[in-house]
Amino acid sequence: MKKMISFVTDFVSYAIKGGAKYYAWLLFLLFFVLVGAYTTFRQLTEGLILIGATDQGMWELYMSNFIFTAHIAAAAVLVVIPAYIYKRKDMKELAVLGEIIALSFVTIGILFIIYHVGRPERMWHFIPGLGYFNIPNSMLDFDVIVLNVYLIVNLVAVFYLLYKKYIGQPINKKYYTPLIYLAVAWGPLIHICTAYVLSSNARMHSWATAVLPFAFLSMAGASGPSLIIIIFLLIRKYTRLQIDDAVIDLFSQIIAWSLGILLLVLSSEYFTELYSSTEHAASIKYNMFGHNGLNAYVPWFWLTMVLIVGSFIMLLIPKIRKSYNRFLPAVCAVVFLVVLFEKPVILVFPAFVPNPLGEYTEYYPTLVEYFNMLFVWAVGFIGLTLLMKGAIGILTGEVRHPDAVEVKGGVK
Amino acid sequence: MSEERKETIERDDGNETRRDFLKTMGVATVAGAAALMAGPAEAEAKETFAEWFQTHYALMTDEQKKECIERLETRYSEEFGKKTTVSESPALKGVLFGYALNIQKCIGCRRCVQACVTENNQSRHDPEIQWIRVLKMEKGSFAFSADKLDKGYPETSPIGDYGIQVGGNAYTPVGISGETQHYYQPETVPEKDAFYFPVQCQQCEKPPCVKVCPVRATYRDPNGIVVIDYNWCIGCRMCLLACPYWARRFNWGKPNLPPEEMNPKTHYYGNRPRMRGVMEKCTFCLQRVREGRYPACVEACPVGARKFGNLLDPGSEVRKVLDTKRVFRFKEEYNTFPKFFYFID
Repeated sequence: MKKMISFVTDFVSYAIKGGAKYYAWLLFLLFFVLVGAYTTFRQLTEGLILIGATDQGMWELYMSNFIFTAHIAAAAVLVVIPAYIYKRKDMKELAVLGEIIALSFVTIGILFIIYHVGRPERMWHFIPGLGYFNIPNSMLDFDVIVLNVYLIVNLVAVFYLLYKKYIGQPINKKYYTPLIYLAVAWGPLIHICTAYVLSSNARMHSWATAVLPFAFLSMAGASGPSLIIIIFLLIRKYTRLQIDDAVIDLFSQIIAWSLGILLLVLSSEYFTELYSSTEHAASIKYNMFGHNGLNAYVPWFWLTMVLIVGSFIMLLIPKIRKSYNRFLPAVCAVVFLVVLFEKPVILVFPAFVPNPLGEYTEYYPTLVEYFNMLFVWAVGFIGLTLLMKGAIGILTGEVRHPDAVEVKGGVK
Repeated sequence: MSEERKETIERDDGNETRRDFLKTMGVATVAGAAALMAGPAEAEAKETFAEWFQTHYALMTDEQKKECIERLETRYSEEFGKKTTVSESPALKGVLFGYALNIQKCIGCRRCVQACVTENNQSRHDPEIQWIRVLKMEKGSFAFSADKLDKGYPETSPIGDYGIQVGGNAYTPVGISGETQHYYQPETVPEKDAFYFPVQCQQCEKPPCVKVCPVRATYRDPNGIVVIDYNWCIGCRMCLLACPYWARRFNWGKPNLPPEEMNPKTHYYGNRPRMRGVMEKCTFCLQRVREGRYPACVEACPVGARKFGNLLDPGSEVRKVLDTKRVFRFKEEYNTFPKFFYFID
């Protein structure tokens, strides 16, 4: 118990120490937390009328962002798989960082769902035993279960590994390996489940398609490793933790081919809809070309398509993949942002148009909505930063229990 | 449509703003008075606490139900300043409610909407909630327009210009989109060259909304009506997403229900005042039909386009319509089996 307390205190005191840039980053995030705390209070007291959602378009920026966080959380297993399934030596140490990314993004996602719900104080209706689960009918219930299990699995795995490293004991593979395999299987599962929440609605013509889980997984494969590359490049630059070029190369390959698969998925979806051009194509047509002057999403659609194709071609060029300090992070940032912005302007908002009675509505997010969204992101990124920092301290051996002895295969 | 049935509905646009203003003033006065007279906050907190912890109504014991109903009656009576009853009358035995609507007769006057809002205590503004939407469609324009017939051009090919049509009617949106509107504001109804198609909850036999509800806050009662436990709903809006008829409404903010317009005769699953952040929908006026009365929209219809009754009773009006008229269901392809039928004579 004493060791546990000193683990927490050492971890936290290392995590909150850093250079000027580190503090600037945290203060920058803290600003959004402070503003967002006010807007959150307003939403909780006055209701969702403060956001842009209507009975016509009932999913707001929160749900759009939730889907994106599920992308990243699912993709985080891509750090774990090479290390534990393919036994790559240079990634064994990094697997825990992937799990921290998964942990943070599942938390952000769950927070977004809480913001989405009209009466968050009644969410105890989900607790088994107290409330009622409408299983096996409700896809949202399955999503709640898989997200929470994923959160717990990653929390346990991260804590266990870091703690063992901290006190200088070897990990017990009997417990740890099944846990890791579970996390690896669970990553895609949370994402497939999230896709089913959308695609199970027959009346949402642009969602009720069998390619939706494939689109989600390929977008996860593109956006997740983009963030991972950026984080790894930053870690390599600013900390003592070493990350090989080969690791970065692996992820840029994954992004490139995820984008390739995404292009196939999107083109088959658009082809199937547009060739027959039945009523089902109405929202995609609206998204692509607008309708009677309502065309808020048209430029976004074409920009997204151009950027996806462009990033795919860029990443096929070895010179760009190898440009670790210039082009690669830039392309990664573009892929990350494209997939993030794609969520509201292509996946969610235009899907509600036309509504079942044939109404065309455009969605205008409000300031409260933007700031609440930024609040959740800021909270998530503060958590991610602190966890990453502390974990790096333990991995490099800077944070260590006084009694700990050097374990074999520790720090490089 | 015969001339006698043609009805002129006067629109008092000029007076409306004034009336709204007076209404708002009324609300403000009552709210102020309530704030002054508010008893100890402790009692209120206790009430909210009890309400927060209450379980699903269907799972409650008789004692819990009684307690819950009493709590609601006290709260509503205080809040709206009039004696409010919350009924918990059970579902009728051997009854399956069905509805039939004559689209040939409907004149689009929207008296059904007004009657519904008055009866069912919907929020009057911010958010403005109406359970019935009357769609106006142009006669002869449903995926077809006579003046667009020779517009566009056929695709050319070596064996003659017989390819598919490009432009003209071929570029008109198909299906319901773009063909209907429910915000029409004419001087008089019915308008020339228009027909009307009211849509409300279709009380499906296989309701997609019930299927997706994560906590079973909404379900089909023994009379075939889809009801909501407003105190169990968490406001996730999955049902709104699943409904192919756009029949559900969400209380985005605190409902604005002027006390003087509030209907004090309520039912737990029916028209009792809702709270912020929960769903609501048409219940065929559950508080009325469980007592053997007609839904408010049936009573309000000036042309008798709306028929209501027990589908299990071969002698009922709605069964007669099903047996003798040309009947269809809205969006049958969704496999929802509505108990709301449309017919023509």
